[in-house]
Amino acid sequence: MGFFSTILGQIILAALETFAVLVPLLMIVAYATYGERRVMAAMQLRKGPNVVGPFGLWQPFADAIKMVMKETIVPTGANRVLFLIAPLLTFGLAMVAWAVVPTGNHLAVANINVGILYLFAISSLGVYGIIIAGWSSNSKYAFLGALRSAAQMVSYEVSIGFVMVSVLLCVGSLNLNDIVRAQNGLWFFIPLFPMFIVFFISGLAECNRVPFDLAEGESEIVAGFMVEYSSMTYAMFFLGEYANMTLMSAMTSILFLGGWMSPVPFLAFIPGPIWLILKICFVMFVFIWVRATFPRFRYDQLMRLGWKVFLPLSIGWMVLTACALEIFGWLPHG
Amino acid sequence: MGVLDRAARSLLLTELVGGMAITLRYMFKPKVTINYPFEKGPLSPRFRGEHALRRYPNGEERCIACKLCEAICPAQAITIEAEPREDGSRRTTRYDIDMVKCIYCGLCEEACPVDAIVEGPNFEYATETREELLYNKDKLLSNGDRWEPELARRLELDAPYR
Repeated sequence: MGFFSTILGQIILAALETFAVLVPLLMIVAYATYGERRVMAAMQLRKGPNVVGPFGLWQPFADAIKMVMKETIVPTGANRVLFLIAPLLTFGLAMVAWAVVPTGNHLAVANINVGILYLFAISSLGVYGIIIAGWSSNSKYAFLGALRSAAQMVSYEVSIGFVMVSVLLCVGSLNLNDIVRAQNGLWFFIPLFPMFIVFFISGLAECNRVPFDLAEGESEIVAGFMVEYSSMTYAMFFLGEYANMTLMSAMTSILFLGGWMSPVPFLAFIPGPIWLILKICFVMFVFIWVRATFPRFRYDQLMRLGWKVFLPLSIGWMVLTACALEIFGWLPHG
Repeated sequence: MGVLDRAARSLLLTELVGGMAITLRYMFKPKVTINYPFEKGPLSPRFRGEHALRRYPNGEERCIACKLCEAICPAQAITIEAEPREDGSRRTTRYDIDMVKCIYCGLCEEACPVDAIVEGPNFEYATETREELLYNKDKLLSNGDRWEPELARRLELDAPYR
């Protein structure tokens, strides 16, 4: 163990840990695009991509090759530097957030004590990628899409924050590992069921997913902030979006579905990362399921839902949770 | 009571859950997709696809150069030139269809008194150049030879309704 305590060893160790998280993550992201197409197709009585490789399983790679081969077009009126930074920022931030996600007991790249604040901060920064993309494209559709997306993400982050606070009240720690361990025996989605639903729906809005995908509403503003992007820059946005979706699924799993813990004790021999991946896949399936089911919201309905329904509901439930914990003496460390 | 009922329904997301139950049920239903290049859908005997010039069973071409098809063609896609053959019969020397102009209305087929020009069941004749879609008499006759069994069957199937 001597080598890994030197500075070089530390760096190599950190790099290895990062790869151990990012490689499975990128595989999940790649296959999320495939899974989405297959599941949506099945729900619409179609077959979906089934030609490239067995069951169409090479489709993500075929798509990636296609994307790389295309030309990156930078519009004449665009701010070149910002135009190219925006997709990198979106993609980078979506990756960086994974540093604190615990994939097993104390098994995270960085098991920091303010993990949930870090996650929250990073997911809030995600809006910069979108705003920069919309502004630097110098196109009205892109700009409108960016404004919509920014307003939407800011609105729903507020209720996500309050939902997180009610979870934190039950845990008494900001450390993600502690949050998972506090759910031993009783996953939080049972006692906090309404908050679970609010969190999930706000998560949909946060990831700009259907039915809240007004930022890229095809019928009104073409593709929103992504209008002017092509080739790899577009692929970066696409990957970033799916990575954000995976992150939101992971957050749902960690906060409400018991993270890396097995649902029943006799299956506990299966390692934590596998349980976490299964739970992420389940939540992602629900994301896709929702997309196949619901039509898009109108923008004022979206804002109404965020500010007039979810915000009071989440504040109210937070107060209720706090009262219940205090009255029954269930407060952690209390 | 109505207000309470409505509030309960919207808070419990009954409509949304119902919608999601429907999509989940559909997910396990048999799929309607036809694997196109490998499987094809049924075609009506009246389907109007690629043109063909037919022959009589003895190998004589049917077209008598009456030019009715040329006259009726609304897109003016057909060009015919004719002169008497050595045996004195009236035949075309040139029979061109510009498949790019053609609107596949089937009027040529309707106008033809001898069932010579027909629109067959073939719709897979996309080409890489425009020139390949300017069909001449040879191409049309070879189409006829290639599709004759199918063409005869289609005419026979449709005959009771004419």
